[in-house]
Amino acid sequence: MDKYIEMIRIRFLMMLAYRTNYYTGILIYSINIGAYYFLWKAIYGGKETIEGLSVLQMTTYVAVAWMARAFYFNNIDREMAMEIKEGKVAVELIRPYNYLTMKTMQGLGEGIFRLFFFSVPGMLIVSLIFPIRFSADIYTWALFSVSIVLSFLINTQINLLTGMTTFFLFNNTGLIRAKRVIIDLFSGLLLPLSFFSQGIQEVFKFLPFQGISYVPSMIFTNGFSFSETMQAIMLQGMWVLILIVPIQALWILAKKMLVIQGG
Amino acid sequence: MKNAIEVHGLRKEFKSYSSRSGLKGAFRDLFSRNYKVLRAVNDISFSVKQGEMVGYIGENGAGKSTTIKMLTGILTPSSGDVVVNGMNPHKEREAFVQTIGVVFGQRSQLWWDIAVQESFRLLKKVYKVSDEEYDRHMGHVIRTLDIEPLLDKPVRKLSLGQRMRCELAAALIHNPPLLFLDEPTIGLDVLVKLKIRDFLKEINEKYNTTILLTTHDLTDIEALCDRVVMLDEGNIIYDGALKNLKETWGEGKEVQFQFLERVELSALEKVTQELHVKWELEEKEQHFTAYTTDEANAVSDLIGAVISSFQIKDVKIMEVSTEEIIRKIYEKGEV
Repeated sequence: MDKYIEMIRIRFLMMLAYRTNYYTGILIYSINIGAYYFLWKAIYGGKETIEGLSVLQMTTYVAVAWMARAFYFNNIDREMAMEIKEGKVAVELIRPYNYLTMKTMQGLGEGIFRLFFFSVPGMLIVSLIFPIRFSADIYTWALFSVSIVLSFLINTQINLLTGMTTFFLFNNTGLIRAKRVIIDLFSGLLLPLSFFSQGIQEVFKFLPFQGISYVPSMIFTNGFSFSETMQAIMLQGMWVLILIVPIQALWILAKKMLVIQGG
Repeated sequence: MKNAIEVHGLRKEFKSYSSRSGLKGAFRDLFSRNYKVLRAVNDISFSVKQGEMVGYIGENGAGKSTTIKMLTGILTPSSGDVVVNGMNPHKEREAFVQTIGVVFGQRSQLWWDIAVQESFRLLKKVYKVSDEEYDRHMGHVIRTLDIEPLLDKPVRKLSLGQRMRCELAAALIHNPPLLFLDEPTIGLDVLVKLKIRDFLKEINEKYNTTILLTTHDLTDIEALCDRVVMLDEGNIIYDGALKNLKETWGEGKEVQFQFLERVELSALEKVTQELHVKWELEEKEQHFTAYTTDEANAVSDLIGAVISSFQIKDVKIMEVSTEEIIRKIYEKGEV
């Protein structure tokens, strides 16, 4: 376990190695949240509520969705693709650890760093500009915390799957880009899922994406009842377990097929 | 003594895709592709004893790196048995890699953006090395390789020679009984090379570390390894002492003359026609080189014959270099 914690520390150091990246990171988050806030204000116009969400709930939803994204989002799929393409994965395989667990830990290091050093400062800046209502309820915070940890796991598992396809496709830049857009849209980051038509919502119930962004944001904005919340968290947990299966299968297959590129 | 490496009938095959020519071909490639099965390593067998230093050589693409990757558990063999340190590398990968150290000359195993000592610290945790052990062993390694002043620098700021010394230290953090070095001296200057060689000799003596080394720099092999395994197109073509190779292939001697006055090649040939000598003239410098046999008095006969007829400025007697021998073997493709 020691080595995995050490990896999180190393990831922190790597994020801090380039200061400009850090400062622009905060700026980008603030701009993104700001842009969606004004967009939604325009859409609401004079209306009190749309699809059961008030303006205040909506703006909070947007802010929280982005804050959660800072935590669950990571680039390990791109990193894996690069490591496999350049043959660096050889170096990873001569170390006594599980490559996929180590990648997950790197993602977690990145997530924790972003949450505390991008999101929190970003939120402070944003809350000065427009109103966001944070829940005072400790249970909401607790459930939200559990939920975003599960979001992180689901998103990371999907990233591992996407990253591993490089073993078979050798170049999967397109796939990675497509995956990112699909997650942003289907997870409810850009638009709460309750805004989609009924039929599409039914389909989403059978996909893991809503567990990434929609569930934690709805919990935070009190958009779910207690039983709905519990059900949603259970569903997230189930997806985490289900996704282990294809990951293991693909990993075993990948090791057999592995070709180290570039000598 | 037990063997560090045992390999029997090891084989690795790759599918190699070939593209059809032209636009039409490219479209056809979308649906079905032509491929050939290439055999990178062809049923090789060898063993290495604990404490041996073995040079693993061959032309580019002979299958050296593929073998190393199978021995380190990165690649799965197509067929054959591999037992390294008493384990099956790809089946028990995590336990196995704890017992080996690997340096890939062309890839870094240190983290690019952070200080060297942070990489060391992570590796120390990864290999579960205790603080005392680390201080005792790595303290020595760091002093010998002279990398103390580099530890707080990020890897991207190191020169190649500095980085290579750090790579070597990183591979030795857990003091493994078996060390794989894949072209460790590629692109390094003479001083760094010497330092690395001395260091490898030292750890071999001190800890009886087995070392398997691939390189294109034969001086590395000469300085370090008693035994070489030579690979060509996936087959082992020679496995034995470097000395024997020299004796069987280093046929003949070269004697180089420079004369005070101008001398014609035909005149030299005439003087030495009784001896088995082949002459060559290097026009620019006016060096005349005679290739003669290995017989006991061949060289003295040759020099005697030349001296009695011409005024000599300089004579050099040369042995055939290892490089020359290896070149000949590569060209012929067998020993």
